[in-house]
Amino acid sequence: MNKKNLAVMVSAMMLTAAGFTAQAAESPYKSSENAPVHEEILANGLKVLVVEEHKSPVATFQVWYRVGAVDEQLGRTGLSHLLEHMMFKGTKKFGPKTFSQTVMKNGGNDNAFTSKDYTAYFENFASDRISLSMVLESDRMTNLLLDPKEFASERDVVKEERRMRYEDDPNSSLFEEVSSAAYKAHPYQWPVIGWMDDLSNMTRDDLFNHYKTYYAPNNATVIVVGDVKRDEIMAGVKKYFGDIPKGPEITRTIPEEPEQKGERRVTLRKEAQLPYIAAAYHVPNFKDADSYGLEVLSAILSGGKSSRLYKSLVYEKQIALFAGGDYGMVGRAPGLFYLYAGPMPGVKVEDLEKALYDEMEKLKNEPVADRELQKAKNQIEASFIMSQDSNFYRAMTLGRYEVAGDWRAKDRYIEGVRKVTAEDIQKVAKKYFSSDNRTVGILDPIKPKS
Amino acid sequence: MKYILGSFMKIKLLVLLLLLLAAPSFAGEPLGKRIVLDNGMVLLLSEKHSLPMVTVNVLIKAGSVNDPVEKAGLASLTAGLLDEGTKTRTSTQISEEIDFVGGSLSSGGGDDYATAGLTILKKDLNLGMELLADIMVNPSFPEKEVQRKIRETMASIKKSEEDPASVASKAFAKNLFGEHPYGRPTIGTEETVQKITRDDVVGFYNSYFAPNRVIMAVVGDVTEEEIKGLLKKYFGEWKPKEVPAQTLPAAKSFKGRKVVSVDRDLTQTTILLGHLGVKRENPDFYALVVMNYILGGGGFSSRMMDNIRDNLGLAYGVDSTFSAPKEVGSFEVSMQTKNESANKAIFEVLKEIEMIRTHPVTDRELDDAKSYLTGSFPLRLDTNAKIARMLAGIELFNLGLDYVDKYPAYITAVTKEDVMRVAKQYLSVEDYLLVVVGNQEKAQVK
Repeated sequence: MNKKNLAVMVSAMMLTAAGFTAQAAESPYKSSENAPVHEEILANGLKVLVVEEHKSPVATFQVWYRVGAVDEQLGRTGLSHLLEHMMFKGTKKFGPKTFSQTVMKNGGNDNAFTSKDYTAYFENFASDRISLSMVLESDRMTNLLLDPKEFASERDVVKEERRMRYEDDPNSSLFEEVSSAAYKAHPYQWPVIGWMDDLSNMTRDDLFNHYKTYYAPNNATVIVVGDVKRDEIMAGVKKYFGDIPKGPEITRTIPEEPEQKGERRVTLRKEAQLPYIAAAYHVPNFKDADSYGLEVLSAILSGGKSSRLYKSLVYEKQIALFAGGDYGMVGRAPGLFYLYAGPMPGVKVEDLEKALYDEMEKLKNEPVADRELQKAKNQIEASFIMSQDSNFYRAMTLGRYEVAGDWRAKDRYIEGVRKVTAEDIQKVAKKYFSSDNRTVGILDPIKPKS
Repeated sequence: MKYILGSFMKIKLLVLLLLLLAAPSFAGEPLGKRIVLDNGMVLLLSEKHSLPMVTVNVLIKAGSVNDPVEKAGLASLTAGLLDEGTKTRTSTQISEEIDFVGGSLSSGGGDDYATAGLTILKKDLNLGMELLADIMVNPSFPEKEVQRKIRETMASIKKSEEDPASVASKAFAKNLFGEHPYGRPTIGTEETVQKITRDDVVGFYNSYFAPNRVIMAVVGDVTEEEIKGLLKKYFGEWKPKEVPAQTLPAAKSFKGRKVVSVDRDLTQTTILLGHLGVKRENPDFYALVVMNYILGGGGFSSRMMDNIRDNLGLAYGVDSTFSAPKEVGSFEVSMQTKNESANKAIFEVLKEIEMIRTHPVTDRELDDAKSYLTGSFPLRLDTNAKIARMLAGIELFNLGLDYVDKYPAYITAVTKEDVMRVAKQYLSVEDYLLVVVGNQEKAQVK
């Protein structure tokens, strides 16, 4: 594995740990400059967003439900994700196993992803097959079987997934530890995949209740981006989803996280080769004006090989094998800003930890130079333009903003970034990156036997 | 996620996947244009003007197959050092210049080929091509960068030892390919990398880096005149070189079941099972694509996934792959299951292989495989980066720019008899390598 792959891996893992999926790893959330978003809300509350993009004869069809780990209870963590798996296990009309097989024999690809904030399903097709998505997705929005036998084997599959992604991956395990310690009240503390014992205790009835509560048109958004005609999509969506009755109003009681008053530290002793450090700070989300300063600060810390953490810790001091910062500003609730790094062999993890904080102190004490600020903004804007190349990513950006509040907020993103000043960077650095607001996790490796 | 593919596949597999998934084009629209420059560099161009950006994907015939045995990792190190200093720019200047315009510039090793890449806004294309040419034509390999990169590479090798998939993959290649260069990790080993000197790097560069060994795919908002002008300006002085063809030792197939175990304190056992496969140029390639889709390559439409995940709940994922690179590649089944069920999962995999060797697939399986493989084509070419990779692959394997038009015919020509014939010929349940990384006391794989 070379350095570049490792950096990608770390970044993707980061977001998985924060409850997001790997696809979203590389760039921030962009608005679409040219293609307008058509929005319509059906009588049953289903919101539909359509973007016509005719550059290639394909389209993505996505259904986003505003339900994720944040809507779960302790003792039943992992419910949203397990239900996501069961959504592929059949309805009366389309029996078990037929969902993906139907999509594939029509030349499509399908999958789904669950985060702390949402559960989303998608099919990518040649655009002339897109009505098949409407047939399949409208059907499983209300007619899911949740067959007990299928449930039993799928629960085992998810346990294997948990073993693979967390139990046997020391770095992901560390992020799970840090996330759990950083919160004491808010449900962002538990992993999307759930604790192992909660998976064992889960019943078919738990899933059924979750499904009945959250899978309804008034808690969902359909997003279509690609080589489609808006009117045809709207006619199809109305035909297939229009008769689904509106679900009951959803009451959510999600506790706010109290202010952290003092550093928290966790250590993970696990079989591994090298230590790993991750420090998490409570920060606001996109609903707060400070989020733009944090977004630019994130690019200054870890956007490319000329960024501060790479240049200082990896390139010049050569104390880190990799180092970065990660901020996901689009969430339903305020999240965490992570700093992370892995020491070079022979380097003490406490020296690396100190070097990470030293970089933050510089940002607090000295305003960033004009050129460095401009570079960060150029990187954000360029990746905004480049991300338009993927229909899937564009739909995903809309979906994430929509479940977090309002898809229109994405149109304010570039404007917000452009306005950030050197003083703003210094202000957010001082305001959020204090030791009292920090949760630190250290992976302390145990050597393998062989 | 319902399912994601493992990330430990080597470059050759990625190139192959791309080709596997390639399918029919829209008749009459060639994928791109092929232009051979005076110095022998091959340019493949696809103009896409919908976004103001350009993507460049470069393959250089300087892969780890060219590594000296005792200095495995040399090709990868050389490629990784291209952007760490040139005759006129330091490493820091290069990263500062590309980062300032929000572009990305990269280089890295591979087994058949080294790679380089550029993604940049149209308005900065001149700068981007200048930087790309500078790192490819004028790298200076400063001693301190060589030493830094060696330390970094050794640390990465160490770090990869904590990833069960990497450990398994390395053991699989080593035991499968033996003396053939595919048996050595592209990145090298701690023992071989520490022996590499700056002279080795410079020597490797001088021997293998030349324009007549370069394939460059350019996709995006640029015209033929513009790109030809830029290439002439920045690559025009680069002189071609004759490089004598190299004979590689053949990988030897072996008899019987060979088990390689690595004991780790893990909850799951990572399993790789397989044997030697085929070259990409093998005429049975397309029949193998169809057969493997049904067996284990077709995600939720494959038999292995249906049985081992959906029916038995033994694994989150299981898939089978024919790597099919320039030389004879591998056939490989991979999965992870809790230590206690390792033997059962292995039994089920072997059962599926034996089944497809001895019984014809159904008409429906064959039709479904063909309709996916041909019908999913447009999705393989829906971004600039995907088109660039496809173009490079087409050139690499000499498939012709009408490949995308021909692909559906290659696939639809495959019959049930072909599927069983290639399964019999290229799969074995008697002579195979089995790598198991996990808690051996619990897994008890013999």
